[in-house]
Amino acid sequence: MSLTITELDIAFGQLPVLEKMNLQVNNDEFVAILGPSGSGKSTLLQLIGGLLTPDNGMIQLNGESINGKKGLISYMPQHPSLFPWRTVLENVVLAAEIKGKPEYEEAKRLLEKAGLAEFENSYPNELSGGMKQRVAFIRALLSKQSLLCLDEPFSALDEFTRIKMQNWLLSIWEENRKSILFITHSIEEAMFLADRIYVLSKRPAHVKAEITVPFSRPRNERLLETNEFFHLKKQIFQHMKEDIADDD
Amino acid sequence: MRKMSMHGGRSLFFLLFLFILWELLIRLTETPKWLLPAPSDVLKEAAIGFGDFYGHLLSTISLSILGLVIGCSVGLLISIILHRLPKVNEVLYPLLILSQNIPTIVLAPLLIIWFGFGLLPKLIIISLVCFFPVVVASMDGFRQTAPELRHYMKMIGATNKQLFWKLELPHALPSIFSGLKIAATYSVMGAVISEWLGAKKGIGVYMTLAQSSFRIDRVFVAIGFIMLLSVGLFGVIRLAEKIMVKGRSEEKK
Ligand SMILES: Nc1ncnc2c1ncn2[C@@H]1O[C@H](COP(=O)(O)OP(=O)(O)OP(=O)(O)O)[C@@H](O)[C@H]1O
Ligand SMILES: [Mg+2]
Repeated sequence: MSLTITELDIAFGQLPVLEKMNLQVNNDEFVAILGPSGSGKSTLLQLIGGLLTPDNGMIQLNGESINGKKGLISYMPQHPSLFPWRTVLENVVLAAEIKGKPEYEEAKRLLEKAGLAEFENSYPNELSGGMKQRVAFIRALLSKQSLLCLDEPFSALDEFTRIKMQNWLLSIWEENRKSILFITHSIEEAMFLADRIYVLSKRPAHVKAEITVPFSRPRNERLLETNEFFHLKKQIFQHMKEDIADDD
Repeated sequence: MRKMSMHGGRSLFFLLFLFILWELLIRLTETPKWLLPAPSDVLKEAAIGFGDFYGHLLSTISLSILGLVIGCSVGLLISIILHRLPKVNEVLYPLLILSQNIPTIVLAPLLIIWFGFGLLPKLIIISLVCFFPVVVASMDGFRQTAPELRHYMKMIGATNKQLFWKLELPHALPSIFSGLKIAATYSVMGAVISEWLGAKKGIGVYMTLAQSSFRIDRVFVAIGFIMLLSVGLFGVIRLAEKIMVKGRSEEKK
C-alpha cells in the first residue's frame, strides 16, 4: 500500500494551513512527519482520512484518488479515545467492527503479545496511560487497512513509558508490516522509529526537508546513545532552527 | 457503594427520629385524631384497613408502571428523532418546553372531557409528566458526546448510524437514566392526580374518599404508600442502571 500526496492545499477561511504539500509513503515503509505545533499536521491526517477535502491537489492510495473518501486508513489519535463502556477486548475490535466482522481470536493474540491478556475484560478506567495507548494501537492494527496513520500517539506519556512504547511499537511493526505515517514533534522519536522523515515548515506547512534515516533494523534504545544518532539529530535540527527563530 | 448505604441508613435514622418526635408531640398536646393523627394511629389504620386498601394500591401500581413505560418510551423516541433531525429540533424543542408550562391539573379535566373516564386519559396524563425529563436528559446526553470520540469514529469511517448506535447512545446512557429516575418519581404522582379526577379504583380515589369523610389517618396511609411506591420504582431504575452502565466510575487512583 502506498500513499502519494501531490501539491496539496487547504485553507480554513482566510487561514492557509497546508500549501503545496508533497509527500510519499511507500509499501511497508515507516514515515515520520516532524513539524511545529499548529503547523497543520492533524489537518493533513484529516485530509487523508477524508474528513476534509483539499482545496487543490491530490491524495492517492495505490495510485487511486481518495480525496474526501472515508474509512480507508487505520488511525490512532493522540488521546487513546477508548470507549469507557467497552471492555479492552470490545474496544480493540471497534475499528474492525465498523468495517465488518471483528476477529476476536486475532484480537486476543495481539492483546496477549502486548502483555494485556489479563486485562481483556477490564474497562479502560482500570488501565494506565501506557496500557491505554497499547490498546489504541492494537485497535488500529486490527482494522486491517494497510496504511496506519498515527497522530502524536506518545506525546502525552512520560519519558520512561514513551521509550518503552516506542520499542514495543517497533517490535510489533516488524512482525505486522504495514505502511505507517507517524506524526510527532520529537526529533528523537522520528529518528528512532522511521525510515524516512519529512520536516514541515510552520504554518502554512510545506515539506522543508526530506531525510532518509540510515540506521539498520531491528533497532533498540542503544541507538539513542550513538554518535551517528547525535549527528543526524543535529542535521535535522538545522532545518528546524529558522522556524524556531522567528516564531513570535 | 458502602458509603451510599451508610448515608441511606443515616437518613432512615433521622426519619425515625422525626416520627418519634411527631408521636410525642401529638401525645403531649393531646391533639385529636381527626385533626392530625400520630404515626402509631396511621400504622394501625394501615394494618387494619389494608384489606380494603390493597385493591386501590394494585390499581395505582399497574397504572403508574404502564404510564411510566409509555412516557419513557415516547420520551426516548422523541429525543432520538430531535437529535437526529436538528432542523425539526429547532422548531419543536421550544414548543416542548412551552408545553411543560400547562399545569397538569388544568389539562386533566380537559382530557377527561375528550376521552371519557377510561384508561386512555389517565395514561396520557402520566405519559405527559414522564416524557419531558426523559427528553431533556437524553438530548443533553447525546449532545455531550466526547468530541475526541466523535472525531475518532469519523476518522475510521463510521456512518451516521454507527455513530449513533455505537457512540452517542451508549455515551448518553447515564444521562438517560437520570431522566428515567426523575420520570419514575413523577409517574406515581401523575397516576394519583389522574385518579383524583375520576376513577373507580386507585390511591387517588381512596384519598378523595378519606378526605371527604375527614379520615386524616387514611390520607396519611395513602401518602405513605405513594412515597413507598415512588422509592420502589426509583430503586428498580437504579438497579437497571447499575447493571447497564459500565466502566464509568472515575479513573483509578
Ligand atoms: N476546523 C478548523 N477550522 C479552522 N481552523 C482550524 C481547524 N482545524 C485546525 N485549524 C487551524 O489550523 C492550524 C493547524 O491545526 P492542526 O491541528 O492541523 O495543527 P497540528 O500541527 O496538528 O498542531 P499540534 O502539534 O498542536 O497538534 C491551527 O492554527 C488551527 O487553529
Ligand atoms: Mg495535532
